Order: sequence, then structure tokens, then C-alpha cells
Amino acid sequence: MNRLLILTTALCGLGFAAQAQNKEVNVVSWGGAYEKSQVEAYNIPFAKETGIKVNMIAADNPAAPLKAQIEAGNITGDVFDIEVSDAIRLCDEGALVEIDPASLPPAPDGTPAADDFIPGALRDCAVANIFWGTVIAYDKTKFPDGPPTTAADFFDTAKFPGQRGLPKSPKRTLYLALIADGVAPDQVYEVLDTPEGVDRAFAKLGTIKDSVVWWEAGAQPVQLLADGEVTMATGYNGRFFDAMVAEGKPFEIIWDGQFMDMDMFAIPKGSPNPEAAMAYLKFATDTQRLADQAKWIAYGPSRKSSAALVGLYQDGKTEMAPHMPTSDEHMKTAVMDDPEWWADHDAEMAERFNAWLAAN
Amino acid sequence: MSNALDPHAAIVTEAGGLDQGGTLRTADGRPLKAALARSSRRARRRAFFLVLPLLLFVLLTFVLPIGQMLQRSVKNDGFSANMPQLSAWFAEHPRGTEPDEAAWAALAADLTAAAEARTVGVIGTRVNYDMPGTRSLFTSAGRKARRGIEPPYRAAMLEMDEKWGDPKLWSVMREASSAYTTNFYLAAVDRTRDDAGNIVQAPEQQRIYLTLFQRTFWLSLVITFTTFLLGFPIAHLLATLPMRKSNLLMILVLLPFWTSLLVRTTAWMVLLQQQGVVNDVLVWLGVIGNNQRLQMIFNQTGTIIAMTHILLPFMILPLYSVMRTINPSYVRAARSLGATSWTAFRRIYFPQTLPGLGAGALLVFILAVGYYITPALVGGSSGQLISNLIAMHMTQTLNWSMAAALASLLLAGVLILYWVYDRLVGIDNLKLG
Repeated sequence: MNRLLILTTALCGLGFAAQAQNKEVNVVSWGGAYEKSQVEAYNIPFAKETGIKVNMIAADNPAAPLKAQIEAGNITGDVFDIEVSDAIRLCDEGALVEIDPASLPPAPDGTPAADDFIPGALRDCAVANIFWGTVIAYDKTKFPDGPPTTAADFFDTAKFPGQRGLPKSPKRTLYLALIADGVAPDQVYEVLDTPEGVDRAFAKLGTIKDSVVWWEAGAQPVQLLADGEVTMATGYNGRFFDAMVAEGKPFEIIWDGQFMDMDMFAIPKGSPNPEAAMAYLKFATDTQRLADQAKWIAYGPSRKSSAALVGLYQDGKTEMAPHMPTSDEHMKTAVMDDPEWWADHDAEMAERFNAWLAAN
Repeated sequence: MSNALDPHAAIVTEAGGLDQGGTLRTADGRPLKAALARSSRRARRRAFFLVLPLLLFVLLTFVLPIGQMLQRSVKNDGFSANMPQLSAWFAEHPRGTEPDEAAWAALAADLTAAAEARTVGVIGTRVNYDMPGTRSLFTSAGRKARRGIEPPYRAAMLEMDEKWGDPKLWSVMREASSAYTTNFYLAAVDRTRDDAGNIVQAPEQQRIYLTLFQRTFWLSLVITFTTFLLGFPIAHLLATLPMRKSNLLMILVLLPFWTSLLVRTTAWMVLLQQQGVVNDVLVWLGVIGNNQRLQMIFNQTGTIIAMTHILLPFMILPLYSVMRTINPSYVRAARSLGATSWTAFRRIYFPQTLPGLGAGALLVFILAVGYYITPALVGGSSGQLISNLIAMHMTQTLNWSMAAALASLLLAGVLILYWVYDRLVGIDNLKLG
């Protein structure tokens, strides 16, 4: 009996010792081309520099496993790539590690991180790595008499015939209806904050309800356009870019009324490798890495200083800067996501949106 | 009493004799009843050890999660656990009491403590479920509370935001001050509470769940019926053809059954969409014009077509296995006694297929009620089922209590149907093979 006890203790000890030496960090992200860009730009150089192994775990929406792990009291992920509204909500619930902006690396010219990140990209418990846009794209071959150019054209099925692809989500449709209805991009949330404004957005959406194909996964709008099922669709700019540049599809993006969103890195309290997680977060959000990521996907870096370093796409000939949702030109007509508003209203809007969809 | 070592006694017992007490005894002299009980107990224990792994598995993966789900649908202590003083005030004062200065002081103290512990978000999220738009009221108050709140508390809180004086907010906070609540179930049947705490219908634009429950059960019924219509003749054909031919046909039933659900759903998208194969063929044949292409997918029609195809084997297989065992001479006997073929089918053949039909219908219906992937992909706006909303609450709004309440209602609905089925048909008549 005693011998058994000694043996198991020794084995356990060995296990712990082995774990301490085998440093690793578990990063939960979204999979697909986006995950690939993070592996290439962050994980490989990070492992080379620090010797810490990075395990990439894919999820449909990393906030869901994060919440599940918090609820279960068994946190296995170290770094989670989540949307802003989730980052704010989980931070307010005390589930995330607070991040001091002063501890983040400054820009190459010495500008402190707090001034280098695009406004909104630094939160109490999370740091953005990319900005991405929900944009309108159309099939060039379908409009020989002149292409659509504005968000209002998206709603004009008489002049630009054909089905429309829209995400099945109030967050990514209501703003577009308001923009098309003549609301200025910076007024969108003011209008949405009143019941009349919400009614107005739903009324405008209602004008094309019969010709909408609703999509749920990011790959779908590209597929719908490619199949000819729709002539115009809104979707994530990186996906459309990929179809246009890498696959040579005859698509064009309308940058009017793009919806800007961020993806952020956050570390849950009680993660198994907190130090490695923090090291990874700092490494991944420095100027060079953020610029490197743009080589793999058309999402904009969250630091101002990265913009100048953005170079060519992985094909070696496409200049990435004009395709970035964060470029000055595209920012002019962009609607910035208001995560606080959505943290307050997303359940209410989701229910109303679904009820509206279900009513024929 | 006889001695076990006494050879005579042994002989007597072995011959099945009785001792003086009148009880049967074994060779070693113990009462037969006790010995039998002991050996059968041992056998039972051995059998129990054999099923123990399964029992544990079922407990861990089935009973426990369902129990947790049921608990989560009524329990949400996000508010009560983090606002102890205000919750205590609510407990002491009945509904209808105007919040006095003590209540405001409790609110301020709890908010300050919660701000320190960074749990204001939990409280706000909980209240926001019942009163949308209030989460930020709590988080911004939490931020200010870290700098301290000075008495008089009522004035201080109202100065922060006059929304704090809203009677509806206080009514909702009172509801939330108990860890257990039926509000999620109320919301799941499109009901809500007004300022005074009475149960009323939810605003019209927000009523969705009852419609969706109805639609889910209705569509499942339709799909069960169409699988029956399509599957019954096939199963009959399979059961009556010679083995070699029926095996070949069986492969045609099983091959799609073994193919991934996702692949089959996507295949239907390719076939049915407006620029898809079916529409192309119809246009090519001249049945419809190029600009009259039919909308067969991304709506209810798509959901019904794709789900019927996917669930068809679950109807065919039990029907087939039951039909194989039906003796053809019964029908022949009926015909020879003068029954028409329709009467012979109706009174002799069909009743014998009922156990298989019952099993198939129950399988298809229960699977259809919980279907998720297919309606999500091909359902569009009108072909969504309740599971799609459960998934939405699980992954998007992260309101797990609401998802649990909806799932519990769905479970209850299925159990009621199962019970009705048992009363009408009898679960003993269920035959899967």
C-alpha cells in the first residue's frame, strides 16, 4: 500500500514537472482563412521566439465555449478571439483578466500603445487585433447597364433586379436599412435608440423582404453570389476579397455603408497558462505582427502604425492597403459597431428580428 | 433439527424431503429459499456489474445534463447572489411597497460592492433579460459607484440616471431578487410581467415562440406523414420482392442513410435553388419561363423536402422489418373468402404493419421536432424550427436559461406525445425489427 502511494505520488510529481517544462498556450479562434492568417502571422514566429507551443482551437464563435468553460468552472483555453460586445459583457461580469495598456508594446516610433491603437480597439479586458467590414458585393456580369454604387441601390430591386443575400442577424442588417433610407453613418445608433427608428429600419428591410436569401455562415454569401442565386449580397470583406483575388470571381465590393467590427483577444481569469497567454497577447498585437496578418487576409490591423507596413497579399502581387476596411477612404462611410448598444439590446432585437422573419 | 453432517438428513433433503419444521433444505442444510435467494442475489449482482458501465454512462451523459438543463431553466442567481442587501429588502417588504431610503441605500451599497468585485455585468445581464436596455444602466452605475455614492442615496442614484426611478425596473429587480424564477418559461410562451407583476402577453413584435412551437410540431407532423406516404410502398416492395432484388433496392435506401447529413442537405441546395438543377431542367423543358423560376428552397418547402428525404430511412426500415414477418397467406385467405384487394389490405395487411408504422412515425416525428442543421441551411425565414432559436440563445445571446426553458418545453411536448402514443397504440406494440 505504502509503495503504491509513493509510486503514484512520484508519478504525479513527474507529470507536473513535465507540464511545467512543456510550456504551451491554447488559443481559441474562428477557424478557416482567418485562423490560418493568425497561425502564419502570430503563432509560428511566437513559437520560434519563445519556445512556447501554440495550440489553435477552432470554434464557431469562441465566446460560446468561453462562457461554457466559465460556467463549468473548468477553463481550458488561454486566449480567446471574441467580438467586442462579448468582450465588454464578459469583462463586466468579472470573467476576464484586465489588461493594462501600458504593458502593451509601443509603436516602432515610440508612440505608447494607448495612442497607437485605433479608438475603441483597447478595452479594459481585451485588445483588438483586426477590424473587419460587412460590405455589399455584387456580380459584375449581372449589371451590364451600369453597376450599383450605394447602399440605397441594394434596396432598389426595380433598377437592379435579382435576389439579395443578407445575414440572418439584426446587427448586420438594421444599420444597412437605415443607411439606405438616408441616415448618416454616424447617426445610425442615435436613430436606432428610439422605437420609431427601429420601426423605420424594419420597414425599410420589409421593402425587399420577399427577394432576400438569408445566410448564416460567412462562406454562404460568396457561394450564393457565385451560384447566381443572388445578384448582390452583404458579407465579410475578407471572404469577398478571397473570392475576387484568389479565385478570380467577377465580384465587386461597394464600400458605401460598410459595418465595422473588431475581433479582440481576451484572457479568461483562471486560464491554465496565464503568463504564456499574456506573452502571446502582447506578441500578437505588436505593430509588425498585425501588419503581417494582412498578408494572409484582407482585414485591417488595429494599430495605426501597422498601416504603413501592410504590404502585398500572399500571391506576391496584390497591394493590400486599398482592400483594407480601415483605409481612410473606406472609413469615411463606415458605420462603427456600438457594442454597448448591442450588449443592451441584442436579445430584444434578435427576438423582434426573428418574429419579423417568421411573420409572412 | 437435522444436522448437515448427518448422512440421513442429507439423503432426505436430496430426495426433496421436508424436515420437522416443514421447510425445504439444501444438501448443506440451509433452507432452500434462503439459498436460492442468495444465489440469485449473486447472479443479480454480477448482472448489475455488467450493466454498471452503461448505467454510469447514461447517468453522466443523459440524466445529469437534462437535470442541469431543467435547473438552469428556473434558476438564475445572477442578481440575487450579487445584490444581497437589496434582495433582503425585497424579501422583507411585500410587492407594492414604495422603495424607501433603506431600499435605495441597499441598492447603492450592493452596487458599490459589486463594482469592487466586478460582478455588475452579471447583475445587469440578468435584469436585461426581463427588461431590455437596462444592462448599461447597471454597468455605468457600477463605474460611478467605484468612486463612491454619497447619501441621500435616492437623490444620488436618480442624479446618475433617472431611469433608476422607473417602477418597471423595480418590479423586474424584485422578480430577479429570487434565485428561482418562472420568467424564462413565461418568455418561452410569449408572456411577460407588467409593472405590477401581472402576467400579460408580450408585445406583438416580440411574440415568436408559440408560433415557432406550433410550426415545429406542424412541420414535423407533415414530414412524418410524407415519409409514411413515400416510405410505405417502398417498404412493401422491399418486403415482397425476391431477396436478390430487394437487397439491391435496400442499398438504394441505405446509401443515402449512410451519407453525411450535411452533404445531403447541401445536395438539396444544389438541386432546388433558383439557378439549380431542377429549375434548369424545368426551364429547358419549357414548363416555366426563365424569369418564372420556382422558389423551392430557403423557405418551408425546402425544409419539408430536405427533411423528408433525410428522415425517410427511419420510416422505411422499421416498416420493412415488420412487413417481412407478415405471413402472405393471411391476405390470400382473405381474398379466397371473398374480400376485395382493398378490404384485404385495409382489414388484414395494414393492421399488421401498425407496430412498424408506429415505431417509424415516432422515430421520424421525434427526430424532426429537434432538427437543427437542415432547417438552418435550407429553411430561409419561414422554415425555421424552434431548435434554431435554442441554438441562437446558446451561441449568440448567450441566454442559457432561456435556451434551457425552450428546450424543456420541447422535451415536455415530446414526452406528452409519447404518453399519448402509449395510451392510443401502446408502447408494447412498438417494433423496430
